[in-house]
Amino acid sequence: MSVALFYALAGAGLFSIGLHALLVHRHLLRKILAVNVMGSGVFLVLAAMAAPNAIALSDPVPHAMIITGIVVAVAATALALVLMLKLTAETGQAVLPGREEENS
Amino acid sequence: MTDVWMGVPWAVILIVLPLAAAMTAFVWPRISQLLVLGCSLVIVLAVTGLALQLWYHGVFHHALGGWGAPLGIELYADGLSLVLLAATGLVGAGVSVYASAYFSVEEKRRFWPIWLFLLAALNALFLSADLFNLYVTLELMGLAAVALTALPGSRDALAGAARYLFVSLLGSLAYLLGVALLYHAFGSLDIAVLAERLRPVPAAWVALGLMSAGLLLKTALFPLHFWLPPAHSSAPSPVSAVLSALVIKASLYILLRLWIMLFGPFAGDGVAAFLGLLGVAAILWGSVQALRQTRLKLLVAYSTVAQIGYLFLAFPLATVASWNATMVLLLSHALAKSAMFLAAGNFLNFGGHDRIADLDHIVQRLPLSAFAFALAGVSLMGLPPSGGFIGKWLLLEAALVQGRWDLAAVMLLGGLLTAAYVFKVLGKSFTQADVACTYQPKEIPARMQWVALILACGAILLGFGGTPLLPLLEIGVPFDGSGP
Repeated sequence: MSVALFYALAGAGLFSIGLHALLVHRHLLRKILAVNVMGSGVFLVLAAMAAPNAIALSDPVPHAMIITGIVVAVAATALALVLMLKLTAETGQAVLPGREEENS
Repeated sequence: MTDVWMGVPWAVILIVLPLAAAMTAFVWPRISQLLVLGCSLVIVLAVTGLALQLWYHGVFHHALGGWGAPLGIELYADGLSLVLLAATGLVGAGVSVYASAYFSVEEKRRFWPIWLFLLAALNALFLSADLFNLYVTLELMGLAAVALTALPGSRDALAGAARYLFVSLLGSLAYLLGVALLYHAFGSLDIAVLAERLRPVPAAWVALGLMSAGLLLKTALFPLHFWLPPAHSSAPSPVSAVLSALVIKASLYILLRLWIMLFGPFAGDGVAAFLGLLGVAAILWGSVQALRQTRLKLLVAYSTVAQIGYLFLAFPLATVASWNATMVLLLSHALAKSAMFLAAGNFLNFGGHDRIADLDHIVQRLPLSAFAFALAGVSLMGLPPSGGFIGKWLLLEAALVQGRWDLAAVMLLGGLLTAAYVFKVLGKSFTQADVACTYQPKEIPARMQWVALILACGAILLGFGGTPLLPLLEIGVPFDGSGP
């Protein structure tokens, strides 16, 4: 198994772990972390694809995609954190209200 | 004069202008309202200009910074982009005017910059021809939409926004992973280049699955629609209108583009039939749920879930006629649904609640808004003469030509259910409420009523102007590579 393939598989693994955590956990901070783990998984896959090999030198395009992706992830995380803080101030706890409560 | 008109890079203006205006509005709130209204006007003009350019010169390409396709990022516009840009321009202008009367001065300070960012993101998305560019604009749009949903700061709005944000991020990350796989397997991000290189290898299948799942989640196709009703109904009314009319259409647009230009030819009938089946389920489930709602904005939100279903019926049909029908439906839904949400917002503001049972003679009190609601309902039901009618008629025709009686039956049933929930609202708006009302009716500014009415009239007028629109749609034959 080449190093690049190892990284790619690790990235896919991180994506799955993050997805699982996003669906399972109720606490908003855990959900936010889960999304970040998923994002890191995708970036790792991208980085693995850019690895230099026998035919070509390392490919800059995935690097550019990762950098852009990180900027987007930071912005999204900031927005999510603000929403979490506001929701905590409003309801007293950092979880999404359940369906039945929402309709009331 | 024509040369000047043709020489202007309208596509670039469509992106740069709202982006610059958003930042100006942020640092200089005092002129922001003037800026937004001016900007909306210029966007409508720019879309017209772009339409003329497309009409005379065919497909539009613009290499940003002078770097062409394989290396640089290109802007691209054809008939498909044009329809969505037109919808954005029209609904955007309407919502800008509506919002100028809807929000208080303090709320407007926060609303205008984010609203302009959303417009910029939508325009940029519809002009992108590059998978990664689509990702960035999709995220920019998603973040702006979430921020707008959270604006009221109430518990429902914050919870709806948070749920919307997670769904949106999950969808975009799945899409991005698919993009990564495609890039690795075929070495390009440009859709046209990819179309030439794409082979049915495993990586392509996984990418198709990931990208479709992510985009379907963002489009809120049944059964991935769970986040839509709370988010769309808890947002401020002008925002609800934009979310239902434009934002979910953006991910649908990407899906259509990918399907028609990339995946359609090799994905085959199985996947298409599956998407069609989900569309059928969405129509039935969404309509029945809409019928069961007691709150007006939730009813309108579930109606969106149902109407999205119609847009997916074209996948199993996969003829040029059925894609054209989808585009007409898409445009008429954008106009009708925004009108409906704005009218519902007027009812909500007037009475302080949106319980359908207590609408209480709203027809006499807000005749223009009630009329707008009814006209929008006519288009959603697909009654002639309306844009909805033309779209559904073309779709029905395509289904019958191929002997798909099942799809045709669902379309008709969906129309009946739509009629049922629209008349449920209209019926209650003539009657007296059961409990005596204690609220103090609020004055609704005339322009909020007129905007709803004008957008609804647009959806009806599309019924008369829809047929001349079809040749415009075929610029660049976006649907040429469709299906077997």
